[in-house]
Amino acid sequence: MKQFAELVNILGTSTKTNDKLDALSAYFAVANDRDKVWVIALFSGRRPRRTINSTLIQQWCSELIGLPLWLFAESYHTVGDLSETIALLIPDTLTDPEATPHPLHYYIEKFQELAAAGEEEKKAFMIQSWRQLETPAEKFVFNKLLSGAFRIGVSQKVMVNALARTVQLDPSVIAHRISGNWDPAVITFDELLSETNIKADSSKPYPFYLAYALETSPEELGEPDEWQAEWKWDGIRGQLIKRNNELFVWSRGEELLTDKFPEYAIFKDILPDGIVLDGEIIPAVDGKPLPFAILQTRIGRKNVTKKQLQEAPMSFFCYDLLEYDYEDWRGVALSKRREKLEEVANQVSRPELLLSPVIEYASWQELAALRDQSRDMGSEGLMLKRRSSVYQVGRKRGDWWKWKIDPLTIDAVMIYAQKGSGRRSNLYTDYTFAVKDGDKLVSFTKAYSGLTDKEFNEVDSFVKRNSLEKFGPVRTVKPELVFEIAFEGIAASNRHKSGVALRFPRISRWRKDKKPEEINTLEELKKMLEVYGK
Amino acid sequence: MPTPLIQFTDRGLYCPPGKFHIDPWKPVDKAVITHAHSDHARPGSNSYLSHTYSKPLLELRLGPGIYETIGWNEPVWINGVKLSLHPAGHVIGSSQVRLEYEGEVWVFSGDYKTENDGISGAFEPVKCDVFITESTFGLPIYNWKPQEEIFRNIQDWIMQNHSQGKTSVLMAYSLGKAQRLLPCVEATGLPIFLHGAVYNVHQALVAAGHKLPAIQRVQQDMPKDIFKGNVVIAPGSADGTPWMKRFSPYSVGVCSGWMQVRGNLRRRNADAGFALSDHADWNGLLHTIKATEAKKVFVTHGFQSAFSRYLNEIGIEAAEVKTEYGQEETAEEVEEKREEG
Repeated sequence: MKQFAELVNILGTSTKTNDKLDALSAYFAVANDRDKVWVIALFSGRRPRRTINSTLIQQWCSELIGLPLWLFAESYHTVGDLSETIALLIPDTLTDPEATPHPLHYYIEKFQELAAAGEEEKKAFMIQSWRQLETPAEKFVFNKLLSGAFRIGVSQKVMVNALARTVQLDPSVIAHRISGNWDPAVITFDELLSETNIKADSSKPYPFYLAYALETSPEELGEPDEWQAEWKWDGIRGQLIKRNNELFVWSRGEELLTDKFPEYAIFKDILPDGIVLDGEIIPAVDGKPLPFAILQTRIGRKNVTKKQLQEAPMSFFCYDLLEYDYEDWRGVALSKRREKLEEVANQVSRPELLLSPVIEYASWQELAALRDQSRDMGSEGLMLKRRSSVYQVGRKRGDWWKWKIDPLTIDAVMIYAQKGSGRRSNLYTDYTFAVKDGDKLVSFTKAYSGLTDKEFNEVDSFVKRNSLEKFGPVRTVKPELVFEIAFEGIAASNRHKSGVALRFPRISRWRKDKKPEEINTLEELKKMLEVYGK
Repeated sequence: MPTPLIQFTDRGLYCPPGKFHIDPWKPVDKAVITHAHSDHARPGSNSYLSHTYSKPLLELRLGPGIYETIGWNEPVWINGVKLSLHPAGHVIGSSQVRLEYEGEVWVFSGDYKTENDGISGAFEPVKCDVFITESTFGLPIYNWKPQEEIFRNIQDWIMQNHSQGKTSVLMAYSLGKAQRLLPCVEATGLPIFLHGAVYNVHQALVAAGHKLPAIQRVQQDMPKDIFKGNVVIAPGSADGTPWMKRFSPYSVGVCSGWMQVRGNLRRRNADAGFALSDHADWNGLLHTIKATEAKKVFVTHGFQSAFSRYLNEIGIEAAEVKTEYGQEETAEEVEEKREEG
């Protein structure tokens, strides 16, 4: 556990990707195989589920060290992270000098065993572990693992590259082998990375190819006819797999969604066998995608009602073909893949499987004008893909670009603030904003990002000097600071006082030039809903 | 009710019978100063009284003026109030102020730490009826490791950087932390370079007769190679400025109690954080308060609301007081920028 804690510490504090890469490969070189499998699982989004709820953990910790719960809560608000708070609160003097700490996999596997156990048993395990683990760093990772909140400042790509150094395989091969459906509790390290594993698992998705945002003008990409343009959809990126007459639908987050969307079941009968399609999981009516808010009514639901099936019927907008007749097509040029994709999609001809259209254009200028109509198409901009491009692994520059439209914006005043977590702990960085409704203010969104560290510091000190009331961790603030809020979409919502819900809201700039009287009104917000929310 | 020996006014702490202020934040006639940090020692007062060691630092920071000095445990009488200073262990010269009048004793801690750092004088709790304490780190998450252990960590980090040909840049307050670090860094045997703001404090102390390790000031015309693999001590305000470029490749280590929490370290974007503080930690505060045997405690700058609530819960009568202390960081930065220029 000490090794792993040390690794997490370096990854969490190091500011350079190369240092992270070094730390990870050093870890992979010495760690035992069981631990390595878990590290791969953890760093590829396969976190163990939470087995003990955080209220109980807080209680037990308070009890163990004899601290009133309110003071525990104060500490927590200052640290901004429950696991770290506990690690800092439990004094070294409680460490049992006789105890031998166990390796990483012991603790994770123990959590899973304990999932069904009674409270007393869980509590005994917690306290015993806190006393076994010597340093706050070890207690910290232990708490993190157990609370199911394990996130580390390192991308899967870095982990894969580090692993590639240790096992002498190409990173793209590793990315493929560790994708999909495997259980870290049973698979061995060698099995996971072996080629036979891929063949044995017919559900295995390919690693997704991801685009960077286009930051230059498209003219710099070269001739327009070298590039294929498509609408960029705002759904869930997905992979549709049919092998051995079985169907699998994966999200980009490598979640298996096959059973969530019963509309897709027919693909099992109508698609040719041994095929993998890349596309967007999105609700659509008459071939037109519905807003993300509609998709949200289907996410996270196990049982879908008839009404939902009617109101949010799911389609798969396919735009790439990765496997055909059990052959890996990723090395074939996009133009050829597209031909084959069109052939397949045209044969199917069902509203559940739509071909994401290729946009016809003759010049960059014409394309730019078409891009301005993205919102009417229900899309969030364009994708530009080099016609000769192969299907790569992960986020790569050069051949694929996303060219999104500018966000919608509205000017609002900050009315509540709350302390952030992680690198923003003990700093007021989470804000709630309001628009004007007559002489009242109506809150309509929260936003957490978009300011520089310096600006956050400035706002933080404003909040500390101008807070009116305190509700737990939330402060009401004198409505004085005006911000421009940018967002990607707007939908009606009866959960919010304002009647609207925004898609991906963030602060686009601090309008120091504006007074709170000059912010937008609720009426104007509702007009935006009228125009963009249908 | 009799007039309290210390009143909390909009100019700062005031002693009515003695007719003097302690660490006032606005100009007054007579100011008693606990230590030379800029949130406690501000310009504009007619006369200052402080510990002997603070005088050169006050002169450096506040300019010429009337500075009276006394040593620790050397009482003076001001308008019938018996006043004495006692080591606070915070920075060089830092003192607690003890007032005695008509049989009642009040102590203002100023800023203090309970661990003896070998340079600021060993803190001693002073018995009193009323104790006014700081609470910068008044939450139970703040518990410091012994200085010796932190020094070892810093030395290991410096040597690791050295072996990679990187310069170690330690970020530390120019008054206090920087001097405290010197013996730690000196033990590595590597040359030490000081930022101008740190150098000015250093020189003022050396001129006043303090023995400090040998250092060099970072000069504009120094060849870049001279820093390679060695150690630089600079105030936090230097981080991210063009001044740092000359040390490249370098690694930044921040020395501050705030580094106890990972989020702060990540926010600073530093390569390493060392929770080395010049303030008392949670247990240090609690032990001190108990040792003073005070019947009433006033809690100033820091986590005063949580800390005073906790004191009341464990049976020590306490109340929070709003002051303008605790702006050490921002106040120092302004000062450092000035000294840099």
